Amino acid sequence: MAINPADFDYISKIVREQCAIVLEKGKEYLVESRVMPLVHQEKLESIETLVRKIKSDPRGSLKDAVIEAMTTNETSFFRDIHPFETLKKVIIPELLEKRKLKKELNIWCGASSSGQEPYTLVMLLKNEFPQLNTWKLNFSASDISNQMLNRCKSGIYSQLEINRGLPAPLMVKYFERIGTEWQVKEELRKMIQFRIINLSERWPMMPQLDLVMMRNVLIYFDVEMKKDILGRIRKLLRPDGYLFLGAAETTLNLDENFERMPFKQSGCYRLKQG
Amino acid sequence: MFEAGHGLEALEKLKETGPLDIALVDWNMPEMNGYDFVCEVRKDDQYKDMKLMMVTTETEMAQVIKALEAGANEYIMKPFTKDMIVEKLTILGLDVG
Repeated sequence: MAINPADFDYISKIVREQCAIVLEKGKEYLVESRVMPLVHQEKLESIETLVRKIKSDPRGSLKDAVIEAMTTNETSFFRDIHPFETLKKVIIPELLEKRKLKKELNIWCGASSSGQEPYTLVMLLKNEFPQLNTWKLNFSASDISNQMLNRCKSGIYSQLEINRGLPAPLMVKYFERIGTEWQVKEELRKMIQFRIINLSERWPMMPQLDLVMMRNVLIYFDVEMKKDILGRIRKLLRPDGYLFLGAAETTLNLDENFERMPFKQSGCYRLKQG
Repeated sequence: MFEAGHGLEALEKLKETGPLDIALVDWNMPEMNGYDFVCEVRKDDQYKDMKLMMVTTETEMAQVIKALEAGANEYIMKPFTKDMIVEKLTILGLDVG
């Protein structure tokens, strides 16, 4: 069922107002695919009916539900693999060496969606760097969506999600079967502090960070907001810390204080040295 | 790419082809099931670098552990999509483009 231009404009407008995410013309398919499940769930006839209901009750929960649907992103465990190889082989060993006296690491996953990325990272840390057991690990994972954050906290994934990118040896080690679903073991869940952060608004206080994962989220913002977010990350990042962006994202022409690291398809950046 | 209807046939094929990059193996097959096929392949040192991935409707944790302990490198549960297979092959270090 195609979305009409006026309804597309309206949904674009509320998404932009609420979370500064830009839905340009040509993204109609995206809106349809994200919003139609909500139309069915609410037993409505069409997106047109949905928009009419939101307009008649702008403070109602339907508007929030649309925002939620539009800000929920596709993800998988070990998505794109290369960033995690780089973390395992280069970045984490380097940070462990540099922080060996203080034995503290501060990490933030800034667009956690349904949690696969933060859980991938804690699995990697726990599995590959057992010495971290004696360290203080401050690991925050945030998302704009309350619904997604609850999913993150539960750590429960369907079989289809489990099939996506998760190495079987890690599944056996760090998941439990719950009926037809799979749940991340508590030892991993309790390593992460989950919180709501709207990247386009004020961020809560955070410690100086060694590692920021901000993958596949900047693409949704306009240039000014990208600059603003990168600027705020720059202030939070330790001078020798690292930032990971998605494969289709860059700091180029947005923030010249970052330099891209020469690791294969990793989207790894650090602050220019010296 | 080579196909076989069951484990015994697959072992015969392997004798002809020599070690391959990877075998995708169903658990439930006639004559010789996928688990026994994995065990047999892992007994022969010439196949030590060959990757083995179980592709199966068997979704119990105990089955996954059993397959991994027998020498399977990966495990994917049905139903799955082409993308999921590509992701698993990537995990195994196979460049599928």
